[in-house]
Amino acid sequence: MAFEYAPAPESRAIVDLAPSYGLFIDGEFTESAGGDLVKTVSPSTEEVLCEYTRATAEDVDRAVQAARRAFEKWSALPGAERAKYLFRIARIVQERSRELAVLETLDNGKPIKETRDADLPLVAAHFFYYAGWADKLDHAGFGPSPKPLGVAGQVIPWNFPLLMLAWKIAPALATGNTVVLKPAETTPLSALFFADICRQAGLPQGVVNIVTGDGRTGADLVAHPDVAKVAFTGSTSVGKEIARTVAGTRKKLTLELGGKGANIVFDDAPIDQAVEGIVTGIFFNQGQVCCAGSRLLVQESIHDELLESLKRRLSTLRLGDPLDKNTDIGAINSAEQLARISALAERGEAEGAERWSPACELPSSGYWFAPTLFTNVTQAHTIAREEIFGPVLSVLTFRTPEEAVAKANNTPYGLSAGIWTEKGSRILAVASRLRAGVVWSNTFNKFDPASPFGGYKESGFGREGGRHGLEAYLDV
Amino acid sequence: MSDERLSVLKTYKLYVGGKFPRSESGRVYEVTDSTGKWLANAPLSSRKDARDAVVAARKAFGGWSGATAYNRGQVLYRVAEMLEGRREQFVREVADAEGLPRAEAVAVVDATIDRWVWYAGWTDKIAQVVGGGNPVAGPFFNLSSPEPMGVVAVVAPQESSFLGLVSVLAPVIATGNTAVVAASEKSPLPALSLAEVLATSDVPGGVVNVLSGRTAEIAAPLAAHQDVNAIDLAGADEALAKELEIAAADNLKRVLRPQAVDYSGTPGTERMTAFLETKTVWHPTGALGAAGSSY
Amino acid sequence: MPTSAPTAQALADVTASDSTLRRFLHGLPGVDTVGLEARAASLGTRSIKTTAKAYAIDLAISMVDLTTLEGADTPGKVRALGAKAVHPDPTDRTTPAAAAVCVYPDMVAVAKEAVAGSGVKVASVATAFPAGRAALDVKLADVREAVAAGADEIDMVIDRGAFLAGKYSKVYDEIVAVKETCGARARLKVIFETGELSTYDNIRRASWLGMLAGADFIKTSTGKVAVNATPANTLLMLEAVRDFRAQTGVQVGVKPAGGIRTSKDAVKFLVLVNETAGADWLDNHWFRFGASSLLNDLLMQRQKLATGRYSGPDYVTVD
Repeated sequence: MAFEYAPAPESRAIVDLAPSYGLFIDGEFTESAGGDLVKTVSPSTEEVLCEYTRATAEDVDRAVQAARRAFEKWSALPGAERAKYLFRIARIVQERSRELAVLETLDNGKPIKETRDADLPLVAAHFFYYAGWADKLDHAGFGPSPKPLGVAGQVIPWNFPLLMLAWKIAPALATGNTVVLKPAETTPLSALFFADICRQAGLPQGVVNIVTGDGRTGADLVAHPDVAKVAFTGSTSVGKEIARTVAGTRKKLTLELGGKGANIVFDDAPIDQAVEGIVTGIFFNQGQVCCAGSRLLVQESIHDELLESLKRRLSTLRLGDPLDKNTDIGAINSAEQLARISALAERGEAEGAERWSPACELPSSGYWFAPTLFTNVTQAHTIAREEIFGPVLSVLTFRTPEEAVAKANNTPYGLSAGIWTEKGSRILAVASRLRAGVVWSNTFNKFDPASPFGGYKESGFGREGGRHGLEAYLDV
Repeated sequence: MSDERLSVLKTYKLYVGGKFPRSESGRVYEVTDSTGKWLANAPLSSRKDARDAVVAARKAFGGWSGATAYNRGQVLYRVAEMLEGRREQFVREVADAEGLPRAEAVAVVDATIDRWVWYAGWTDKIAQVVGGGNPVAGPFFNLSSPEPMGVVAVVAPQESSFLGLVSVLAPVIATGNTAVVAASEKSPLPALSLAEVLATSDVPGGVVNVLSGRTAEIAAPLAAHQDVNAIDLAGADEALAKELEIAAADNLKRVLRPQAVDYSGTPGTERMTAFLETKTVWHPTGALGAAGSSY
Repeated sequence: MPTSAPTAQALADVTASDSTLRRFLHGLPGVDTVGLEARAASLGTRSIKTTAKAYAIDLAISMVDLTTLEGADTPGKVRALGAKAVHPDPTDRTTPAAAAVCVYPDMVAVAKEAVAGSGVKVASVATAFPAGRAALDVKLADVREAVAAGADEIDMVIDRGAFLAGKYSKVYDEIVAVKETCGARARLKVIFETGELSTYDNIRRASWLGMLAGADFIKTSTGKVAVNATPANTLLMLEAVRDFRAQTGVQVGVKPAGGIRTSKDAVKFLVLVNETAGADWLDNHWFRFGASSLLNDLLMQRQKLATGRYSGPDYVTVD
C-alpha cells in the first residue's frame, strides 16, 4: 500500500458571498450608473461565484470625487492617527485571514497553502509596516514634511489580488493620499471584502474606494484628470499605454510590469536547495508571477544531473483542488491565460525545444496546465524571450559566469534574477552585474514589506516596499 | 601687439566618444549673443549624430559604472580643477550667451564650478544615503543599493546654458550613468567648451557626449532610442516634453519631467535618485549550525 | 548526483586516505541551511487525514525501535519493553508490532527472549555508546558480545572527535571493522550524533562516509545530547540515501532517533520519507524511529481513529 494523501479540503463555509456586489464609493456599496453586472468564476471549477459591477466612466468619476473630498481631511490628519487606522486594518486582516485566504483561493485558483502561508501573512505585514511610517515621514529621507500627492488611481493584477492591493493601498494611505483602486476583472472579490475591512476599521468615507471592472474601467481611472498618482501592476504592454496616457501631465507614475527572470545555477550550487528554488521560482502561484524564475540558466557541466533531480522533484508536485491543503499547483486564473500559456508552449515545441511534464492528471473542469519543462532552449526561442506567466520553465545552459550574466541580461525585462553557488565572492560579483531590481541568491521568490521591489528596463519603474516605497506617494 | 591683430576663432565641434567630430550631416547653424551678434557656427546635429552618441555612451557605461565611486569622485573633482583654469573663458562665453554683465557671469561660473565640486563629493556617499540593509522577517541578509540606470539623454536647460547644464549633467554622471547631452539650442557654446574641459580631464571618452543643434531634432531620436535608459527633459518646452515622454514610453525610459528650477539654489539629491535604480539582493543567513532547527 | 554509477575502483580510490576522503566528502554539494530547513518545514505542512492518517500511524508503529538505554535498566524493564513491542496495544490485536527493541549489549539476551518468535528484532547499541570514546578493540568486543547474544542489529556511534579533526580514515576504518564484526548476522546502523557534528555540510559528509564504509542504516543521534533528530537533518540524510542508491545501486536505511514524541511529528517524518527518498523507504526494513514515548502517542491516536474519541494516557500501557 502506498502513502496516498487523503483529500484535506479547507472548508469554504467560512466565506459568505453575496449574489452580487456594487461599487464601494465614499464609504458604502453603491449601485452603478449604468454599469452591467459581470460574473466571476472559480477557475478551478468554472463555477460562478457571484456577480460584480463593471464601473462606468461616471462611476469612476464619482469615486475620484469622493477620494478628492476625503483627501483634505485625511491628508491633514496627524500621521499618528492615520497610522492607527492602518494598524487596525492590519489586525483585522489577521483576524479574518482564514476567510480571506479561502476567498482568494476560490476567486483566483491558487492553492490554499499559498494564500494561507504567503499571501495573507504578507498582506497583514504590509499594512503593519506602512502603518508605522505614517507618523515618521519627516525622517524618511525625503526632506521635512513631505507632502502627499492627492488621489491615487491604482490598478492591480489578478495574480496576487489582495497582496497587490496591500502593496498599493498601505503606502498610499500612510503618506496621506486617498485611493481609488480597481482590482482585476477576474479577481474582484478580495478587494470587495477589503472594503468591508475598511468599514470595520472605521476608515473615514472616501479614503478608500473600490471600483471593479475591466480594462476600460482601468483606462478611465488612469486618465481621470483629478487623479494625481497612477500606480499600476500588470503587463508591460498596458504599462506602456499608461505611460503614454500620463505623458505631459503632472501625474506621478509607478509601474510594476512583466519579467523573464533568469535563475542561474552554478556547478558548485547547493543542489538540493537549488532544485527547491527552481521549483519555487517557476511553479509558485502556477508561475503566474511577474518575478518568476522562468529561465533556468544551468552550468553545462551539471545540466544532466540537475535536470534529473528537477524532474524527480516535479513528479512529487500535487496538482488539483486549490482548497486541498496538500495541493502544490492550483488552477490557471482564466481561460484567456490558459490559452496564452498553451499557445506559447506549443510555440516552444514548434521551435524545436524539448517538452516534458510529470505524469499528472488534470481535472476535467476548470483551467489547468501541467508543470512543464523545456530543455534545449536557446536565447533565440520565443519561450526564452516572452513572458509566459504560467508553469513553464525554459532551460538554457552556460559555460562561464560571464556567459551566464550576458544571457541573464539579454532581455528587455529586468525584474528578478536568482544565483545559486556556494562561493560568496561569485554571488556578489554576479549580483552586481545583473540588471534586475531583485536578486535572490541561494533563495527565490522571497518577499517582505521592508524589502523594495521593482524592475529595471521594461519591467517598470519605481519601488514598492520599504522606505523606497514611500517615494511613489510623496511629492518629492 | 597692435589693436588690429585678428583673433583666432575657435571651430566648435561636437563631443562624441571622447572625440570632436563635426556633425555627420555637415550642417552648422549660427550662434549669436543676446544682442544678435554672431559668435560662432555650431554643428547642427542630426539623428545620426544622436545615434552615434548613444553608441559611444553605451560603450563607456560598463567602465564608468564599474569604476569605484571614489575614482569617479576624483575624476569629477579633476573636472572642477580644469574648469577653474578656464574660468575667464567661461565667464566670457556665459556673459555672451546669457547677456549677463561680467560680475553676474562671474557669479554664475563660480557657482557652476562649485556645483561640480558638490557632485564630485557625492559619488561615494549617495549609496549610503539612499541604500542600506532591510530588516526582513526571516533568516535573510537583504540589502538595497542604488545603481546607475545606464545611458541617460539630457535635454539641457535652454536659458541657463552653463550652470543649468552642469546642474543637470553632473548628477547623471556622478551616479555612474553615461550621458548624451542636447545642449541649449540658442546658447550651445558653453556646453561645447565644457566638452573640451572633459576631454582634458580624466573623464573617459563616451561618458559625456555633447550635441548642439535643434533640441527637438536631437531629442526625438534619443527619446525613441531603445538603448537609452532614461531622459531628463529639463530643456524641453511643454509640447516637446509631452511628445518626448510619449516616445520614451516605447521602452519605458525613466522620464524626469521639466520643472521650474532655480539653478542658483543648493540642489537636493533628486537629480541623482532620478537616475538610479534600486537593486535589492537577498541572501540566506540562517543559524551557524544545524542545531537551530526545530519543528 | 552523477547519473552513471562509478566503478568500484573509483570508490576504492575515494576511501584510500584522509586526503582522498576529504576531497570526495568536501566535493559533495553544499547544504544551504535556510533552504533545507524551509523545505523540511514546508513538507511539515502536509495535512494527513483519515485513511492516510490511519495508514501512516500503523506504518509509524511498525517502524518504532522501542528503546531503553538507561543505567537503571533491569531484566524486568527490558522484558516489559519486549512485551510492549510485540503487542503495543493489548486491547487491539490488529495493532502492528514495533520494529525492534533497542537495548545495551548486556540486555540483548533478555530482550531476545522477550520477543522470541514475534518477528520483532533486537537492536543493541555498541561501540562504547554514547560517547564512543574507547579503544577500537574495546568497541569491537562490545559489538561481538551483542552479536553473540543474538542481536539482529547493531547501533554503533562514530568517533565524532576524529570526524571533526578531519581524520576521516579513522572513522571509516572503524565502521568497516564494526561491520566486519557484525558479519552476516546483524545489520549495522551508524549513529552520527548530528547534534555534535553541528553543521548540515558535516551531516551530509558523515552520511556518505558511513554509506561508503558499509552502513546498512544511517542514524541521526543517540538521544543523549541536546539536539537529536530534526526534520531538517533527517531530510538531509534521506537525500543522501536517495543519491547513494542512484549512484551505487545500494539502498541504505535511515533512522531518526531522539526527540520524536508525537504522532504528528512521526507523520511529518513519513511525509519527508515519501517525498524525498520515496515509497521504497516506507517500510521498517528501511526506515525506523528511535523512540520510547512516541509509541504511546501513536497508540492513542490509533484509538482515536478507531473510536472517534480522544484517548488518554490511562488507556495505553506504561512500561
